[in-house]
Amino acid sequence: MTLTDLATRLELKVFTAGIPLDRPVLGGYASDLLSDVIGHARKDDLWVTMQVHPNIVAVAVLKELAGIVLVNGREPAPETFAQAEREKVPVLGTRLGTFELVGRLYAMGVKGG
Amino acid sequence: MPTAESVYRQEFPVKGGDFAKAGAVACRIKELLKDLGLDTAIVRRAAIAAYEAEMNVIMYAREGRMDLAVSAQEVHITVDDQGPGIADVELAMTEGFSTATPEMRELGFGAGMGLPNIKRNSDVFYIDSRTGHGTRLKIIIRTNGHGTT
Ligand SMILES: Nc1ncnc2c1ncn2[C@@H]1O[C@H](COP(=O)(O)OP(=O)(O)O)[C@@H](O)[C@H]1O
Ligand SMILES: [Mg+2]
Repeated sequence: MTLTDLATRLELKVFTAGIPLDRPVLGGYASDLLSDVIGHARKDDLWVTMQVHPNIVAVAVLKELAGIVLVNGREPAPETFAQAEREKVPVLGTRLGTFELVGRLYAMGVKGG
Repeated sequence: MPTAESVYRQEFPVKGGDFAKAGAVACRIKELLKDLGLDTAIVRRAAIAAYEAEMNVIMYAREGRMDLAVSAQEVHITVDDQGPGIADVELAMTEGFSTATPEMRELGFGAGMGLPNIKRNSDVFYIDSRTGHGTRLKIIIRTNGHGTT
């Protein structure tokens, strides 16, 4: 499964238009606590969160996450967007809440560790 | 501390309260270790420990510095800060304990998992703190003799 597949099937909004979405997604992690993600997410996970500030990009880079999906219609802060483009971290969005999005991802085969 | 036998050594300043640059030093350390050809699992552990240590300086201290030293056998990350120090280190090490402000928590900091994350990812971990002065962390990750026979 790639980000493109997921973005198409779940009608995710792509904030970082310049970053390719051909990256494979091997799993998922949902959390709004940064140390929790740092401690428990795995490489190539898709990260589901409502945090939109720039520090989420550093977390995604350090953990080599496949990308970030912002829930509840939230949009990345301008500096988050700039940093994501610089570091080539795909940032997507959905109007769905965390529970609903994770349920759909799971049904498509994106699982936790 | 690896000295004469260090294959690599670098120091990074960290400014307290500078959330805009949060994680920058950890990202640099990760890149450097990758470039040195260290095993990916070692790089990942060092990156996690460095991130949490850097965040604690940014969140709680006035200023600090991080010192990376890599030898054939070990990665050392030493973190020194000038700040309030930690009154009860054992309590601070407890998962879930945090004195982060409500503003920090709203941004997803203050899970109280930073020091436990560092300990879990280190082979050797020391904290030395003096209340009113500052905190020193020493993180050692063994590279399983990478680069030696
Ligand atoms: N460098 C430091 N200077 C002063 N206090 C610190 C420092 N690092 C950690 N602490 C204290 O230890 C607590 C636990 O730290 P940590 O496990 O990283 O969790 P968190 O940062 O989420 O609070 C902090 O809330 C703080 O009170
Ligand atoms: Mg912390």
